[in-house]
Amino acid sequence: MFRAASNDPLFPRSSAGSLIAAAFLIGNSVLMLYPIVIMVFSAFKTTPEIFDAPFAVPDFAYVENFKRIWGETSLPSYFVNSVVITGTSILLTLLFGTMGAYALARYSFPGNSAIFMFFLAGLMLPLKLAVIPLFLQMRDFGLLDTRLGLILIYTAMGLPSTIFIMTGFLRTLPVELEEAARIDGASEPRIMLSIMLPLSVPPMVIAAIQNAVPTWNDFFFPLVFIQTDARKTLPQGLSVFMGEYTTDWGMLFAGLTIAALPLTIVYILMSRQFIRGMTAGAVK
Amino acid sequence: MQTDYRNREKRRRAAWIAFLILPPLAIMLTFVVWPLLSALSAAFYRWDGMAQGDFIGLKNFADVLFGEHFAALTWRAFRHNLFVFFALFVVQNSVGFLLAWFIYREPFGFRFHRIAIFMPVILSTVLVGFLWKLFLDPNFGLVNQLLDMAGLGGLRQPWLGQETTALPALVLANAWHWIGFPALVYLAGMQRIPREILEAAKLDGCTGWQILTRVVWPLVTPSTTITLTLLFIGAFNWFELPYIMAGLDGSPYGSTDVLGLYFYRTAFGNQTAGIQDFGHGNALAVLMFLFIAVFATIITQYLRRREVAL
Repeated sequence: MFRAASNDPLFPRSSAGSLIAAAFLIGNSVLMLYPIVIMVFSAFKTTPEIFDAPFAVPDFAYVENFKRIWGETSLPSYFVNSVVITGTSILLTLLFGTMGAYALARYSFPGNSAIFMFFLAGLMLPLKLAVIPLFLQMRDFGLLDTRLGLILIYTAMGLPSTIFIMTGFLRTLPVELEEAARIDGASEPRIMLSIMLPLSVPPMVIAAIQNAVPTWNDFFFPLVFIQTDARKTLPQGLSVFMGEYTTDWGMLFAGLTIAALPLTIVYILMSRQFIRGMTAGAVK
Repeated sequence: MQTDYRNREKRRRAAWIAFLILPPLAIMLTFVVWPLLSALSAAFYRWDGMAQGDFIGLKNFADVLFGEHFAALTWRAFRHNLFVFFALFVVQNSVGFLLAWFIYREPFGFRFHRIAIFMPVILSTVLVGFLWKLFLDPNFGLVNQLLDMAGLGGLRQPWLGQETTALPALVLANAWHWIGFPALVYLAGMQRIPREILEAAKLDGCTGWQILTRVVWPLVTPSTTITLTLLFIGAFNWFELPYIMAGLDGSPYGSTDVLGLYFYRTAFGNQTAGIQDFGHGNALAVLMFLFIAVFATIITQYLRRREVAL
């Protein structure tokens, strides 16, 4: 989806249309980034400073808000929970998703296309609407208010898109690779692990990003399933935190900044993979 | 001997395939399919809190659609969802399409703008909701202060505090969050259009606007199928942003109450009255699910037929 840029004869950069486009895009980018910039600026201000000079650039020397968050609030433990839950569910999604996709893409067996369609249908199902039975099921499994419960739900939610992306990629790998290895006497697992999977890292990264962002950001399932403060995830914990510090805007903005930080840094470093990951499936 | 060996190989391979496909299948069946099917069946029973009672057929459905306590709220929430869908179609998808076209033309700095427009997409809804709640604060919020600075102090509003502006404000916050998604899906669609078609249109004397509306728009229908279907599912599933910004009751005075909030309140109760009503909650969930599934399929089928083969 990224084409090499050139000074396009079709739409020359000096044309009126291109100038209008550039102007609109600058306006739009300001609108997209300015609120984020204000959020970060405000994190380095005291609450009175935010009210008196909301647009002023701080000197970034005032870090009291961050110190207090680190020392006084549970935000650090929410952060760790989010890392553990997101990390584990991504690993499980990749593991099971790649296994399923490999079977679907490389072997023909009865029910192959039906199973593929089944996973595909899962892409469209809003699991949110099954939250009541899911709640009862989690209660019966003893998984209510546990991190494992969330991990299993996110793994299940991530499987359809992972299988969709991985199957699409694995199907494009040439049969000759497999056959050559088979003639050399390699077993099926050996072919998968030593030949096919090393080639499949790029789509795995795409699938990982596509699931990591919504999992890291999810608010709904923790809201329903997690009660204990020590097990809350970052988005859920943020809403508790916001409730406690409603009048301390410096703390509020610092909390928001911390929550936004990890994905933002990775996004700035790997925006191409991120965009591709998030729009994969929508873009063939 | 030979057939024995072959059979053993065959069984071995079948076991290997089963080993690969069964775990993901089992996870999906346990945590997606079974809950969805249970939601469907549970809606036909009376529920006393979390305990399942007698089979009562369609009574839960009749209650939430036409019953005294439910119907007014159900239909009001549904109207709000409809508004949200159409408003987001205009400010999120249509503007997104226009922005995609601007990026496609590759004016100065387009690579930076492509990254900037997608930046809010990776933020969590909770964060976006709180950020905009603070910005829309009636006294100290950035939005009102900006209006003051621009000499438009007369337009100051308690944006989230009055019925007329609360839902539109939520729609705009949602559009800020998500506009990068349709924009980049449209951009990818535009980049699949063969250049010769655009060049031919230009040689024939089409203006940029004509190329956009008569050539590009019809040719990106595959992107429209995706963005519109996902927008529809998203708009009728809407929960997090109104929950964060306006609360579980859809304040003020229910003007931001949407089906997602109403469903959650019915199922799990709210802070003031923590009564769980799984029967009516499941009936609402099933109705929402059917509505989304049926209309998303209709939209997809309709747009698929209109897709122009390149």
